[in-house]
Amino acid sequence: MAAVGGRIVSRCVSCLSRTAVFRRIHRPRNICTSTAVCCSKSENVSHFEDKPEFPGSRSQFTSRLEFLEPDRFEGIPVYRVMSRNGEIPEKDQDPHLDKETVLKMYHDMTLLNTMDRILYESQRQGRISFYMTNYGEEGTHVGSAAALDPRDLVFGQYREAGVLMWRGFKLENFMDQCYGNVGDKGKGRQMPVHYGSKDLNFVTISSTLATQMSQAAGAAYAFKRAQNNLCVICYFGEGAASEGDAHAAFNFAATLDCPVIFFCRNNGYAISTPTKDQYRGDGIASRGPGYGMVTLRVDGNDTFAVYNSVKAARDLCLRESRPVLIEAMTYRIGHHSTSDDSSMYREYGEAGYWAKKDNPINRIRAYMERQGWWDEKQEQEWMKDSRSRVLEAFSKAEAQKKPNPELMFDDVYDEIPEHIKKQKDQMKQHVNQYKEFYPLDIHEEMT
Amino acid sequence: MALFIRNKCINLAKQNLSILHKKIPNRPSTKRLYASFTYIPDTPSSSHGETTRMNMFQAVNSGLDIALGTDPTAVLFGEDVSFGGVFRCSIGLKDKYGADRVFNSPLSEQGIVAFGIGLACAGATAIAEIQFADYIFPAFDQIQNEASKYRYRSGNLFDSGPLTIRTPSGAVGHGALYHSQSPEAFFAHIPGVKVVIPRGPIQAKGLLLSCIRDKNPCIFFEPKILYRSSIEEVPTGDYTKPLSEAEVIMEGDDITMVAWGTQVHIMREVAMMAQEKLNVSCEVIDLQTILPWDMKSVAESVVKTGRLLIAHEAPLTMGFAAEIASTIQNECFLNLEAPIERVCGYDTPFPHVFEPFYLPDKLRCYEAVKKLVNF
Repeated sequence: MAAVGGRIVSRCVSCLSRTAVFRRIHRPRNICTSTAVCCSKSENVSHFEDKPEFPGSRSQFTSRLEFLEPDRFEGIPVYRVMSRNGEIPEKDQDPHLDKETVLKMYHDMTLLNTMDRILYESQRQGRISFYMTNYGEEGTHVGSAAALDPRDLVFGQYREAGVLMWRGFKLENFMDQCYGNVGDKGKGRQMPVHYGSKDLNFVTISSTLATQMSQAAGAAYAFKRAQNNLCVICYFGEGAASEGDAHAAFNFAATLDCPVIFFCRNNGYAISTPTKDQYRGDGIASRGPGYGMVTLRVDGNDTFAVYNSVKAARDLCLRESRPVLIEAMTYRIGHHSTSDDSSMYREYGEAGYWAKKDNPINRIRAYMERQGWWDEKQEQEWMKDSRSRVLEAFSKAEAQKKPNPELMFDDVYDEIPEHIKKQKDQMKQHVNQYKEFYPLDIHEEMT
Repeated sequence: MALFIRNKCINLAKQNLSILHKKIPNRPSTKRLYASFTYIPDTPSSSHGETTRMNMFQAVNSGLDIALGTDPTAVLFGEDVSFGGVFRCSIGLKDKYGADRVFNSPLSEQGIVAFGIGLACAGATAIAEIQFADYIFPAFDQIQNEASKYRYRSGNLFDSGPLTIRTPSGAVGHGALYHSQSPEAFFAHIPGVKVVIPRGPIQAKGLLLSCIRDKNPCIFFEPKILYRSSIEEVPTGDYTKPLSEAEVIMEGDDITMVAWGTQVHIMREVAMMAQEKLNVSCEVIDLQTILPWDMKSVAESVVKTGRLLIAHEAPLTMGFAAEIASTIQNECFLNLEAPIERVCGYDTPFPHVFEPFYLPDKLRCYEAVKKLVNF
């Protein structure tokens, strides 16, 4: 291991490729970040004295005609801090979070869970039009959010409500958006769960997949130039990683040295599509080295491991001004959305296994109980309290009116151009003519 | 376990929401809105043989079944296609034809279309599904610069004719920006592709089979609200409906109404309202194929009626109504009794809670009828 240009590097024994190492969270060992090739057992014998001088080359010649077989290499390990029952076997990996922080983690994860249950059911009753639960992935949200600076910019996909919750998005903010009522900062224009918050540095969600990824690289580049010592985090799923945008994002971020954390939530499914139909390599993490990106795979159901990973990634991003790819392995316990029925494509009991046996909420709770910070009585009280808070926010949001229909025409441009002004007037005139046939009763009055 | 969670959730919610229910004064209005429509089933042609009751997703499924059954090179693929597709259009087909013919693709629209072009170029019939028309845009380059130009640029050495792209489009009541769009006009600007939109199950099956067998790449938009809400007696056998032929679905003398997809049903009801309330006789034309479109049928009708109303869900500016209006004023200038009217979505993204105000609903179309006759 040697310091080169301020960067901590190690060299792979076989190919001498340099690789940055997370000083704080990795056990001291060499980890290759170039493709697993360099970990191959086969020795390369070069009969040539020179080395390849092709632009960008960094290896050597070989006389051996040998294809790289992806299956020959061991998979990238999954970094973990805490066992399923809340034990931390390697004490130096303990993030030593104080009681208050761990309690906030647990509160946010469980509050999110309760909110999900109520909103999922409210969709079933036709009270909101759509919903997506976060079941099983709460650890990836809260663990990552806790490791960031609240001013770091978040580009989410659509299943990261816990990140917002950690940052202080209130229950009423979630509910108002899902109802598209006057309290919704997005002005009722998007489907439920398309949250956004300028104050909390969370860029508004779009339904399109992977489009946010290269944008995150661009935002990180702007941050780097602004020298604000902040980074950008971009959440995406293993399905979205198949989009062309993902390739562009990784490559732009790597070549332009953008301080961005690409945080993949690999939850096993893209709607019904299992990972075996999505990729054939070793997950998403194996792609990182191909782009020249520092990469880590983490147990996404281990909130502390996620926390350590993102904290170290953030340090690396800012210290070295380069992107980091994190693949968090987790499981989507709920359906894709309220439009989906996962019993059509998942074995009965599969989701139940994860809900019971490998659930981030259970794990952190086990840790808290070991610490003597939590017991059944507190749990009961908290569940009751959190439920009543969710229901209170829910009923408040439902009682609110939807925005003035004229707001439909705002924000297409910074100012309403003439042709849209004309359409707005036509709409008002028409709706006023036929008042009883439009749902004006549930909207704020037009001017 | 999914069920377990759901049950638990229902119980939890039952306890709590039932209490809530009484406190809520402001439930959404259930009043039937003018953006809704009544689906009037078509009658199948007797020459197409036996029929069975199908909704539109079942009719599409039946069409796909026949396409796969009659053409051993045909393959069907896209996101979540393997388990039946998110709208159930490919249900049962993997089991019937095998996983090598009906399969999931990775999540990449540009990949799906390009893969289809490759299949087509190598002589296979490619039936690609883009899960929502709102998500077709990553594939725009492959459609605009590749599929549409394969034949032309190679001097007809190669073509992508055996490619058909199916994709659900249009308003559904709660789809908002990214599950509601009607992007047909973008594709109508591409010489070399055909763009087709059915109005119901019988048309969907016949037109889809025509697209699949057509010698040109086709984009087949399926109005998603019709998947379940439209039900007809659909011929179970193999039949096709001609492309580039509009269909007069209601004859009339005073106004020609042109629409496609869901909007056809809105127009039909407006025509009935106009007859009943204004004694105005409307001729309703389902354009069916957007490109290349049947200008002859529209022009012939306008020569007769002297008035034209075109309506579509997509935004007004540069919507396909603009093309029709422009052509018809040129073809029928001296026959026109009033300026051509367009009733369309407004020039904004498709909004969520404002959808009832956004759509070219019956009342907006009815007002346009009054304007046309009172000019």
